[in-house]
Amino acid sequence: MEYEIVIGLEVHSELSTKSKIYCTCTTEFGGEVNTHCCPICTGMPGVLPVLNEKVVEYAVKAGLATNCTIAEYSKQDRKNYFYPDLPKAYQTSQYDLPICKNGYIDIEVNGETKRIGLTRIHIEEDAGKLMHDEWDTGSLVDYNRCGVPLIEIVSEPDIRSAEEAKVFLENLKAILQYIDVSDCKMQEGSLRADVNLSVRPKGQKEFGTRTEMKNLNSFRGIIRAIEAETKRQIDEIESGGVIVQETRRWDDNKGISYAMRSKEEAHDYRYFPEPDLVPIVLDKEWIEKIRESLPELPEARKKRYVSEYGLPEYDAGILTSSKALSDFFEDAVSKSSNAKAVSNWIMGDLMRLLKEKNMEAEEIPFSGEYLAKMVALIDKGTISGAIAKKVFDKMFNTGKDPEVIVKEEGLEVVSDEGALVAVVTKILENNPQSVADYKSGKEKAFGFLVGQAMKETKGKASPQIINKILKEELDKM
Amino acid sequence: MELHELTAHELGELLKNKKVSAVELTKTVLDRIEKVDSKVGSYITVCEDEALKRAKDVQEKIDKGETKSPLAGIPMALKDNMCTEGIKTTCASKMLNNFVPPYNATVAKKLYDQDTILLGKLNMDEFAMGGSNENSYFKQTKNPWDLERVPGGSSGGSAAAVASNEAIFTLGSDTGGSIRQPASFCGVVGIKPTYGAVSRFGLVAFASSLDQIGPLTKDVTDCALVLNAITGHDPMDSTSINIEYPDYTKALVNDVKGMKIGIPKEYIGEGINPEVKKSILDAIEVLRKLGAECEEFSLPITEYAIPAYYLIACAEASSNLARYDGVKYGYRAEKYTDLLDLYKQTRSEGFGDEVKRRIMLGTYALSSGYYDAYYKKALQVRTLISKGFNEAFSKYDLIVGPTAPTTAFKIGEKANDPLEMYLGDIYTVSVNIAGLPGLVVPCGLDSSNLPVGLQLIGKHFDESTLLRVGYTFEQNTEFHKNKAKI
Repeated sequence: MEYEIVIGLEVHSELSTKSKIYCTCTTEFGGEVNTHCCPICTGMPGVLPVLNEKVVEYAVKAGLATNCTIAEYSKQDRKNYFYPDLPKAYQTSQYDLPICKNGYIDIEVNGETKRIGLTRIHIEEDAGKLMHDEWDTGSLVDYNRCGVPLIEIVSEPDIRSAEEAKVFLENLKAILQYIDVSDCKMQEGSLRADVNLSVRPKGQKEFGTRTEMKNLNSFRGIIRAIEAETKRQIDEIESGGVIVQETRRWDDNKGISYAMRSKEEAHDYRYFPEPDLVPIVLDKEWIEKIRESLPELPEARKKRYVSEYGLPEYDAGILTSSKALSDFFEDAVSKSSNAKAVSNWIMGDLMRLLKEKNMEAEEIPFSGEYLAKMVALIDKGTISGAIAKKVFDKMFNTGKDPEVIVKEEGLEVVSDEGALVAVVTKILENNPQSVADYKSGKEKAFGFLVGQAMKETKGKASPQIINKILKEELDKM
Repeated sequence: MELHELTAHELGELLKNKKVSAVELTKTVLDRIEKVDSKVGSYITVCEDEALKRAKDVQEKIDKGETKSPLAGIPMALKDNMCTEGIKTTCASKMLNNFVPPYNATVAKKLYDQDTILLGKLNMDEFAMGGSNENSYFKQTKNPWDLERVPGGSSGGSAAAVASNEAIFTLGSDTGGSIRQPASFCGVVGIKPTYGAVSRFGLVAFASSLDQIGPLTKDVTDCALVLNAITGHDPMDSTSINIEYPDYTKALVNDVKGMKIGIPKEYIGEGINPEVKKSILDAIEVLRKLGAECEEFSLPITEYAIPAYYLIACAEASSNLARYDGVKYGYRAEKYTDLLDLYKQTRSEGFGDEVKRRIMLGTYALSSGYYDAYYKKALQVRTLISKGFNEAFSKYDLIVGPTAPTTAFKIGEKANDPLEMYLGDIYTVSVNIAGLPGLVVPCGLDSSNLPVGLQLIGKHFDESTLLRVGYTFEQNTEFHKNKAKI
């Protein structure tokens, strides 16, 4: 039987505010264990939370950038459960009145655009981190991350494949980075996803029973988890079993998921309105001000690259998929008159080098201005295309100004005719057979002679001038 | 008269005029504690050395004219659920027996800024749950008027300390009557300010939407002075209200002519002890004779106030007290097998019966499937109670009635009947539910020579009217001069 996969995602993204959601502690990643915390974020007796206004602003930005309705009245609630990484034994979150609702993100898969609905975005606090295994006597807790602000973005069950999930997450990540509310560093845990997944026979209207997979913190892991869970569910159904509604933990090392708890064992979080905080009441005008302050988003940028610079859609899509890459392109293009060449260099050599060195676009070691300069050097005929490749590599490895590289290494095109006449004469002397071939009408021999001359000048000669001199000298013979 | 018997405003004059030094005064009150606290049991912690050191520093400031505070040099004490940096804050619980906060509650800081002298931390019902101080892990505070009786609660230590002159004034906290009922039982003045008028930062939470800190004093003038010191917006408390707070001493005017006073029929009907009722009606007669217009009216759904209060308070408490799990601070069970067992053993051993009862009640009320029937229903009652008061205040400047149905009862008398104990809160809980201010002033003694307190309930942030009526009553009666003989 053919099956259809139904996926909904719950994405947690750490907001990049300077201080935590309810106290003034820093949100900085790393830091000595238990140094980024205070009586408030460690929930000592008698302390009270005060909501960081930036958290509201960032969440509203995220909502507006994903086409959500922003609630003018929302509130915070307590989600009660016991765990050592949760010092108050409740997480302050939002239950029935989230700050953003009913949004969507458009994704493109196999050339088709599809709209993925967002149920809601709400604000909440992160928990601390348990450190197991290293001590025989028990576990230790690091509260540095406790109280770091999060937004939870909940999608509708609109996703139908691992590929769609991947593109959805990539787009979401790009949007959050563009509006500068989260750095979305998956390896630091600032973007994490839970996957709700069910399968159903193709054509069936009702959803199948879903499972929830937690602990997914890499794109690769998410894809693998979706594939594995899909297979597990189909195998279960095919062999006559039933899917149990449960929470499963994904083990990325082993590539399998384990049942954590069933629906019956699910926590009763006893949500109720947080009495230590007042409702969040937002002014319409303020929301509009935030809307106006939003920067150009990836989708709009992509369209502009196609219309303004005439880039192919595919290239525009790659360039805008990461804010850092797109910003690099913008920087280069603003200083260049040849957007296509700039794009080609990024799409080709730059992407290759980043991949080879396992680097992110954030880590490009030279500025867009340098790339613009290099393109200009080619366009002016100062260096040849072949030399430019060498200059680009050098620029990537050293971060040096391309003009300096060209000068230091003497890579300018040689266009001094006198010098080139000598080179050509020498080539003609050393290759009498080719000269004879050419004279007897074999045009191919001409190309060989040009190649020899370029080789002799180590690629620095202007091919046009070599052509011209070679023709003149052959005519004389 | 001895120094410790005087009020804060009387002592303030003596200090200002150098008739007495802060050190001398502090020593006198410390001696008083030494002499009577073995009988009364108001204190959990007495910080003698810190108090004397502080008194010396404050006296220097007074000598150099560096303090303008009317409370400079006045020895006071705090209920043991208000955090004091470097000084144990136990909530009268085994759970926090060893807890020394690294921060001050905002009220503690404000009182330090006013150059008052902290004598120590006062006994209470564990986590402020109770009305008799029988729920303290440490000891039973006794009523200074009759040592066989309870001082009331949960701020029993705060009321008993003032009544026995073991402090010039104290702070208590009031979630459902915990300042007013002990003030009534011990014959002192106590006020629960409007919710949001005094910062709750550093007050160990019982029920966040109901808790409020207030003073217990020897007279209404002292009450106004201490209110001046502790009210005000605090950016550390999101529920603290940012408005201009008046100078409450300006409200100390001996005049109630034309003031409209409502008396809820439901507060003087069934269930009230006849002697208490007589004292209250006599007090109302005094106000009438002074020119106030007093009339009875019906305050609807009073009967639902107690169930609604216990549902809301316990629901919030079940969440607020969940953090005491043996992981971070406070008590941890010695023997446990795994994480779940650590929680179970720690909380079983660390909390007393009443606290456990309320945690279970609150957990149940918030559980899925019961939330709508209990917690949500209680919130609806809360709205109706507020509405009832709003309507009353469209007609009356204030509401007057009893504080508790009885005077102080015998230790152990109700200890095994929690429901009976809860019903004692009938006249006080509505005020917390609606977030209103409530002032209690002594208004008589019953035939067993036990004090009765008159409760004045005001509009939001209208403490001034309560103080004015309380002050006028005090100026025209002698009840506040009755003192416990201890």
